[in-house]
Amino acid sequence: MASGESTRGERAPLLTMTGLRIEGQADEEWHEIVHGIDVVLHRGEVLGLIGESGAGKSTIGLAAMGYARPGCRLTGGDIVFDGIELRAASRGRQRLLRGARIAYVAQSAAAAFNPAHRLIDQFSEAPVHHRVKSRSAAEADARDLYGRLRLPEPETIGYRYPHQVSGGQLQRAMVAMAMACRPDLIVFDEPTTALDVTTQIEVLAAIKDVVRQFDTAAIYISHDLAVVAQMADRIMVLRHGNLVEEGTADSIVNRPEQDYTQRLLAVRTFRKPAAEPSAEEPLLRIEGISARYRRSARVLESIDLDIGRQRTVAIVGESGSGKSTLARVVTGLLPPEEGRLVFDGAVLAPALARRPRESLRRVQMIHQMPDTALNPRQRMREVVGRPLTFYSGLRGRKRTERVRELLQMVELEPDAFIDRYPGELSGGQKQRMCIARALAAEPDLIICDEVTSALDQLVAERVLQLLQRLQDDLGVSYMFITHDFATVRAISDEIVVMFQGRIVEQGARNEVLEPPHHAYTDLLLSSVPEMKIGWLDRTLARRGQGPGSDKEGPDRSAPPG
Amino acid sequence: MRDALSLLRKSPWSARFGLFIVFAYVFMAVFGPLLTPYGESEIVGFEYEPWGPEFLLGTDNLGRDMLTRLIYGARNTIGIAFITTVLAFLIGCVAGFLAAVLGGWTEQAISRFNDILMAIPQLIFALLILTIVGTSVPVLVVVIAVLDSTRVYRLARAVAMNIVVMDYVEVARLRGEGLWWIMRSEVLPNALPPLVAEFGLRFCFVFLLLSALSFLGLGIQPPTADWGSMVRDNATLITFGDFTPILPAASIALLTIGVNFIVDWLLHKTSGLKDG
Amino acid sequence: MTHILIMVAQRLALGLLTLFAVSLIIFLGVELLPGDITQAILGQGATPETVAAFRRELKLDLPPHERYIAWLGGIVQGDLGQSLANKREITELMGVRLQNTLFLAFIAAVISIPLALGLGILAALYRNSLYDRAVNVFTLSSISFPEFFVAYILILVFAVHLGWFPSISNIGHELGFWERVYRTIMPALTLTLVVVAHMMRMTRAAIINLLASPYIEMATLKGLPRSRIIVRHALPNALAPIINVVVINLAYLIVGVVIVEVVFVYPGLGQLLIDAVRTRDIPVVQATGLVFAAAYILLNLSADVLSIMTNPRLLHPR
Repeated sequence: MASGESTRGERAPLLTMTGLRIEGQADEEWHEIVHGIDVVLHRGEVLGLIGESGAGKSTIGLAAMGYARPGCRLTGGDIVFDGIELRAASRGRQRLLRGARIAYVAQSAAAAFNPAHRLIDQFSEAPVHHRVKSRSAAEADARDLYGRLRLPEPETIGYRYPHQVSGGQLQRAMVAMAMACRPDLIVFDEPTTALDVTTQIEVLAAIKDVVRQFDTAAIYISHDLAVVAQMADRIMVLRHGNLVEEGTADSIVNRPEQDYTQRLLAVRTFRKPAAEPSAEEPLLRIEGISARYRRSARVLESIDLDIGRQRTVAIVGESGSGKSTLARVVTGLLPPEEGRLVFDGAVLAPALARRPRESLRRVQMIHQMPDTALNPRQRMREVVGRPLTFYSGLRGRKRTERVRELLQMVELEPDAFIDRYPGELSGGQKQRMCIARALAAEPDLIICDEVTSALDQLVAERVLQLLQRLQDDLGVSYMFITHDFATVRAISDEIVVMFQGRIVEQGARNEVLEPPHHAYTDLLLSSVPEMKIGWLDRTLARRGQGPGSDKEGPDRSAPPG
Repeated sequence: MRDALSLLRKSPWSARFGLFIVFAYVFMAVFGPLLTPYGESEIVGFEYEPWGPEFLLGTDNLGRDMLTRLIYGARNTIGIAFITTVLAFLIGCVAGFLAAVLGGWTEQAISRFNDILMAIPQLIFALLILTIVGTSVPVLVVVIAVLDSTRVYRLARAVAMNIVVMDYVEVARLRGEGLWWIMRSEVLPNALPPLVAEFGLRFCFVFLLLSALSFLGLGIQPPTADWGSMVRDNATLITFGDFTPILPAASIALLTIGVNFIVDWLLHKTSGLKDG
Repeated sequence: MTHILIMVAQRLALGLLTLFAVSLIIFLGVELLPGDITQAILGQGATPETVAAFRRELKLDLPPHERYIAWLGGIVQGDLGQSLANKREITELMGVRLQNTLFLAFIAAVISIPLALGLGILAALYRNSLYDRAVNVFTLSSISFPEFFVAYILILVFAVHLGWFPSISNIGHELGFWERVYRTIMPALTLTLVVVAHMMRMTRAAIINLLASPYIEMATLKGLPRSRIIVRHALPNALAPIINVVVINLAYLIVGVVIVEVVFVYPGLGQLLIDAVRTRDIPVVQATGLVFAAAYILLNLSADVLSIMTNPRLLHPR
């Protein structure tokens, strides 16, 4: 689709939105969330919309269909699709376009498919209703598209119900459904955000293929510039409902003009300096740990690893790899079936309830979602102060002073923040509060469970830098659980790669990141989108040629050791 | 306080109407003896005297002043219903929070027992127990509170379950906090908004159940003035086209409407529903 | 399919177990009393002879577990024991009255269910319209009314002032079907007014909840007309919550029946229960209580089973 040989530009654009204004409702008042955006899209062109949360990108994407979600309303501007003004069009007129000429692909396919109907029935619905195809022709077309999108068993998969199909497959089935009427325009709303990287690359490839085959125009919405750079011909960078910068994918990625775009591009460049491996006794030894949840199959299979003092060990893996379970075992929330934990030379009790307060104090945890990790009914004074009282018996003035010190350590102005509730903080500030709460216990080890994945990229970067500075100042060790290789590159000393409950590779950062890789590590690493135009095509081409190209990932029957 | 005022200013007319009614009733209940012209069970005239300057709403089947008994009725019925609801909430919330925080067998045991109690319709269960034990105010309060606490338990447990899975509760557990602290500081403050709304609903329910029992002659016993039994005692008048016996019933209806209007507004606010 | 059958069987077993537990509670309630029940019933003035005779009559001289087994055994065989008040067989006492009560509940259900579902769905579809707001205020008020309030208002208007219907619903088997319906209208209308409000509110909430699902938005974005979205996408998923609403309210009808029967002097099971409670006729109270509880449990059970049978995730396991 990046092929610019078409006749675009000579014809009238497919879609133009001029001076688009949208309002959203909060606390029973309307606020403008999109402030006069202009969008032009030609036939066969893919436009990327990129921005952090609150940029208004999804809202703009839906506006292209003349649709506003409940709690939003279109208040200004023109939306013209192929000569039809959508805002002024009657409901009946809008319905004729939706599904037939403009289609939508949602972020969560699991929620967007009706649980009561089979996939192929939902596929056929739009073409039959819009009288594009007969029922049998639509079903034949569905089977064909399922094949093109490389779904397994394309002849029969459509006869399953949504809950009988995996997440990545469901997402592709939704792309097929959007294609059913061969629309002129498809709006992709973060279609791969909920997926693991190795699944994401397959879905991206599938989307790119069909969009190219049918010369469909698309609006591709994502928070991830590296992904958009693979999919889009042209990119619009959005922030707080305003346009920051617009240009071809190449010019945005390689020659950004605005400071904000440059920062978005630079987001994965922070690196911790490499540290010498130390010979002293590790802070935490995990010895032969196996674990399972009640009545389920084993989720951890004889895990051995060490975490040294003032070191950061990154545990990397996709969903289902067991990395979060490992954190639960270390904290004592899930007593292991076999194996033991040795902390600072002494064996840790397997169950939380049996651990003395002092050993609880020395291991702290920071959670993935700062929104749910802070009690919404407690002021920061109480959130950060409680561990001080609980572990060290600090009260009154002394406690307040210490809370203020801790807030300063996480770079929050004490006077402004000490009496705030979590609802009065931004995402990054909340995560800083969680860090301050962990530090209040003066721990030796902090388990960081995906601490940056709920944050916007720029905010995440600064949180990582803060964590690094705190390690340098205080000498804490981090057990860093993540699925994101950018984070791993940035902060780790050592890397442990997990797959289906086992460790497939572990070692110093540079050893693991540099080739030769273990097969699974290689798949994982090569699936991480890079901020380079054409990365997706090159990677797919390489995989298609290489003998080890295996779409289903590593051999699941015999995990590589 | 200023928050409360600004909240009130934004409230819909139905909620304000509800608040007005509830305040009026509470005023009547508290200052009842000062407002009434006669004593609660004082016989002041003939039976069924019509409305007039002496007896504003006439007299009842024994010749007692209707208005006086109506006002005293507010005191008795509302007071008993309120105490009962409070008791039901104490039992239900403690059990519900315990079940949610402890989980496992404790939760299973409490929940199954609760299911069985809930399988019997409340009115039938209350009738059954009252037949056996006999009717007195303390028995009424305890029986209805225990029966109603099953409904409170179900909500309290469900709300607490949603809170217990939050990471901040996990943080407290990892810190080593005890059961009591988790229930009081982590669960309770966050469970409060839905529970307050539920309190209103349960109050209405208890209030209606009490009135129903009194109406059947099995609730608050004479000579204590009570709205339910007042309807029953004077029901004969209705066949003569007299509206008076319906007044106590209307009083019941008006108060429950008031409370329901407030609850509806609270639920609407706390559910965060954004109606486009 | 076997998967579902197992789940349904589990629910049935659980229902049976609950019924058993309820019978135990109803029976033991009498046992757990502080003091002596005979004294409580016969009063302080009773002579030792009358007390002893009474105890024999209640079979109180036997140990509790033997009495329970005998009682339960009798129930299983259709023998509910004898009334203390008039020494008649309880089965005989209840027979006609149970039919009458079911007749009343049936008429009320026939009027209220279609009415409530229709109006509730309309309120959900036209959310925040004037109609919806009016419905909200009306239903909120209506659920606040005690049953006897509604009943007496109806009597005042339709029986006393207009004279359309009798204020006492005296029905018997000698009457023809339509005459029975005519005499049942007033109590049925009372029940309807109380139940419709509940059912409408619950239907509206269930539908609104459903309409907020992403797959409904998806259907909108496919350009489907509103009618098709409702019929094809909302309804199949709304079945379970709607069944739930209906059943909960049918169960509510059963309880509401007690008071309505008293007001209209309708010769049903509720009337029997109240009379028995007043005369402290314990065997009759136990028997009617058990019948009411059994009906209640049965209804809730059928809601459970129906919602299992309409859940696509369970109908089509992985």
